[in-house]
Amino acid sequence: MINKSLKELKEGLASGEFSSVELTRFFLERIKQFNDDLNAFISVTEEQALAMAKAADQQIAAGNAGKLTGIPMAHKDLFCTDGVLTTCGSRMLENFIAPYDATVVEKLNAAGMPMLGKTNMDEFAMGSSNENSYFGAVKNPWDLERVPGGSSGGSAAAVAARLTPVATGTDTGGSIRQPASFSGVTGIKPTYGRVSRYGMVAYASSLDQGGAFGASAEDCALLLEAMSGFDERDSTSVDVAVPDFSAHLNEPLQGLRIGLPKEYFEEGLDSGVAAVIETALQQYKKLGAEIIDISLPNTHLAIPAYYVVAPAEASSNLSRFDGVRYGYRCEDPKDLTDMYMRSRGEGFGAEVKRRIMTGTYALSAGYYDAYYLKAQKIRRLISDDFKQAFKQVDVIMGPVAPETAFKIGEKSDDPISMYLSDIYTIALNLAGLPGMSVPAGTSNNMPVGLQIIGNYFEEAKMLNLAHQYQQATDWHRQTPASFSGEQ
Amino acid sequence: MSLTADEVKKIAYLARISIQEENIEQYSQDLSSIFGLVEQMNAAATDDIEPMAHPQHAMQRLRDDVVTETTDIEHREKLMSNAPARQDGLFLVPKVLD
Amino acid sequence: MEWETVIGLEIHAQLSTRSKLFSGSSTEYGQEPNTQANVVDLAMPGVLPVLNREAVRMATMFGLAIDAPIGRGNVFARKNYFYPDLPQGYQISQFDKPIVELGHIDITLESGETKRIGVTRAHLEQDAGKSLHKDYAGMTGIDLNRSGTPLLEIVSEPDMRSAKEAVAYMKKIHELVQYLGINDGNLQEGSFRCDANVSVRPKGQKEFGTRAELKNINSFRFVERAINYEVERQIDLLEEGGEVVQETRLYDPDKNETRSMRSKEEANDYRYFPDPDLLPVEITDEFIEEVRAALPELPAAKYQRFIEKYELSDYDAGVLTASRAVADYFESVATGSGEYKLSANWVIGELSSHLNNDDLDISQSPLNADMLTGLIQRIADKTISGKIAKEVFQALWDGEGKTADEIIENKGLKQITDSGAIEAMIDEIIANNAAQVEQYRSGKEKVFGFFVGQVMKASKGKANPAQVNEILKQKLSA
Ligand SMILES: [Mg+2]
Ligand SMILES: [Zn+2]
Repeated sequence: MINKSLKELKEGLASGEFSSVELTRFFLERIKQFNDDLNAFISVTEEQALAMAKAADQQIAAGNAGKLTGIPMAHKDLFCTDGVLTTCGSRMLENFIAPYDATVVEKLNAAGMPMLGKTNMDEFAMGSSNENSYFGAVKNPWDLERVPGGSSGGSAAAVAARLTPVATGTDTGGSIRQPASFSGVTGIKPTYGRVSRYGMVAYASSLDQGGAFGASAEDCALLLEAMSGFDERDSTSVDVAVPDFSAHLNEPLQGLRIGLPKEYFEEGLDSGVAAVIETALQQYKKLGAEIIDISLPNTHLAIPAYYVVAPAEASSNLSRFDGVRYGYRCEDPKDLTDMYMRSRGEGFGAEVKRRIMTGTYALSAGYYDAYYLKAQKIRRLISDDFKQAFKQVDVIMGPVAPETAFKIGEKSDDPISMYLSDIYTIALNLAGLPGMSVPAGTSNNMPVGLQIIGNYFEEAKMLNLAHQYQQATDWHRQTPASFSGEQ
Repeated sequence: MSLTADEVKKIAYLARISIQEENIEQYSQDLSSIFGLVEQMNAAATDDIEPMAHPQHAMQRLRDDVVTETTDIEHREKLMSNAPARQDGLFLVPKVLD
Repeated sequence: MEWETVIGLEIHAQLSTRSKLFSGSSTEYGQEPNTQANVVDLAMPGVLPVLNREAVRMATMFGLAIDAPIGRGNVFARKNYFYPDLPQGYQISQFDKPIVELGHIDITLESGETKRIGVTRAHLEQDAGKSLHKDYAGMTGIDLNRSGTPLLEIVSEPDMRSAKEAVAYMKKIHELVQYLGINDGNLQEGSFRCDANVSVRPKGQKEFGTRAELKNINSFRFVERAINYEVERQIDLLEEGGEVVQETRLYDPDKNETRSMRSKEEANDYRYFPDPDLLPVEITDEFIEEVRAALPELPAAKYQRFIEKYELSDYDAGVLTASRAVADYFESVATGSGEYKLSANWVIGELSSHLNNDDLDISQSPLNADMLTGLIQRIADKTISGKIAKEVFQALWDGEGKTADEIIENKGLKQITDSGAIEAMIDEIIANNAAQVEQYRSGKEKVFGFFVGQVMKASKGKANPAQVNEILKQKLSA
């Protein structure tokens, strides 16, 4: 059951091999069995999942099933789910029951996908290791002493250990691609504006984008298609048609031009990771693609610019957590200021406070031009780098992260070294481009992801590339040993 | 780039985040090293570059002036159910003086 | 030393949209607390703003009315600060790219001269909720019904030199936004609010003095008083060798004084930056032309037209165009009755004084324009005299009937124009007052008034005065 693709699961449901209730129960059982090891879920919504599965079974029986009806999934715990705990991995929202559904949640509910639960994450999506969760670190299913990556670490680990067939995530600076790489699953962050941000708790509004995790590109294509689309409640959602992503998976790659940015292969890249990427590129050559050396000369400025833009937006976005209408309020505030200061001081974790303060400082009087405006100009340079590159090539490829999953605790005392691990992912968010991570091998027995960067709204092409690679290789089919056995 | 204890306190107040006296030194170090990283931007010449506020080049979409939602008392209960303190349909906060 | 006062005003006018600036909640006033606040207005995690087209249109109307360029790619920015009635922790406002750029409006000074006041800018922004200071177990209650209501903040240049000028400007803007139909003009409900920046400087000095900002003054009278108080305070302070501090001050109408609001003073660093949830607002030529075409007639144009079309005096035209409601009322009566001067006299005279006495707005008048038109028609066709008309007006005001005709009929107030009937009355009076007839005939012409009075008394005021005069003269001199 755990190695079945979404397509196979749909066939199983359609043929009556198993019902959605059985399928949902199967994954709920796996969560019960393994979540203590992984800490991938913050909440498990068993009752609702089974009720939705029952409804899906009726729909299937009535012959009204859609592409995903009856297939269970999980949401990163920053998508608001009506009536369900939505914590963002924070003490601030430890008891917050969202009073409405995010658009993505609404869409997947409408698609008939039972929600198994809400996955663990770095607090307010700030982090690259999932150690910044108030609900504890998530463990990497390939090695429980290692991090699964972040901030969507719970979703990545849950899919890697097959506690759910697919899961949603969000990516502000690499938070889908990096955990997908670390956990050996496929993950896609679409073009900014492709997936509605309504109901997705904001970290950095001009960078945040929802996306999908699955075992394969084919599974991601199905989930992403169901999540995508124009939403009039999100002013930054783009009104372009969503293609049938699955329909383009089998197009040939003959003559495709793949750009290789030299800046992604300079010092700092682990040699084991470099070797995996090299092998993957050989595979693409075999599939008929052409490899072209390109340059993204401002790559080194992406992290500095990101650590102005993202914290600046975050410092403002997170001001609503003030202990007035919802969320944590400190005990016995002595006055209004005390309520604000202590509710936020006690409700937010260290990394969140660090970023709020960074952003507050960057926007404060006298510094705006030197930091915020400068970062916006750098953002233009970075975006222009990609524009130039896409004149020469169809897609760009490289590593997702400079190394494989590191040990829990290894970097948690050094925020800067943690920040630097997002070197290859962050630039895309600044430009608003789509990117994905595809399992491409291992280094020191830990998974390595290949990054595919597409031009705006070219998710179909990226998924096509990933799928062709996955037809020729089986890295995406591998599951961590401790979680691979059927019960 | 190095932030003084006073600057840290000022930022913490602007952001309404209480920090313990004994953590100020750590904050000052962390923020100083973050801004050390950030200031790598200074190496780039950007005089003629148009700032980019948003990845989209589109213009704001406008909605029609239509009341799409009504909040009756029952719905208000739901929307207020997460409030730490409330009474008579109001959110309660420590006394506001002005 | 002689001092010069410098005043600039920031007016917050609520735009009369049905829904809020960024959400589909109703803007209706006076509802149950927190029943006009949806997830967006409550700033629930994850919600996003979408801009109301009508607010953009209304702001554009205002810009065109004050001859200002419209910001073609105006931008919303966040103004960050913490306050319990500000759920997002920031106000979505406009900063360096407002929708309305530099414009101007003319005010009339007491001397009758016209003065042009610059309007620096006007921008769209969200209103905050309300803090209710009634005691809730020692706490403050927060009602977010008003949260997110669209405001147009209208910022003047520091062009005013006295409290009177400031009030004249404020009234002019008040009149304009109602003309445009973009604000309901209700000061009591807070739909139209004003902050005043006040400073003084030695006469002749170029640089401005340090200013104090007087917050939230919600009546024309208080604006004048607050400014006068503040000017005096600053002059006293400077003359005693002290210094004015730049600060926010609150006007207390009960004590007629301004006092420092220390609580709002601390660390005013709003950290404005473009709102990443919103994109620049595009204003096209087409849109502007559409708005311009639909623009109602503005006060200045209406004033000119009234003088020309209805042959009114400057004074009458000024009074009748001071508010769009009064102008519309007058115009309806004038065109309905065809009696321009008479209509103007009745609106400015009887109607205005009744409204004043009962403290009513023209929209609340018991006599609508049709009722007054009916009354004026009966004066014009001589069914009743001007004097009787006042009686009919009062009866209509008191709700004794729905039309002038109905009242005239029921009370038998129809004017007597039958000369036979008038002659009969006069003959009788002459017969009964021989002494007075004698006096008149011997040259005491003053007695004539006595006879007129007697005839009007006998006719209960209904005899046509012109006919009475004529017949009396004839008979007395016979
Ligand atoms: Mg202001
Ligand atoms: Zn304002």
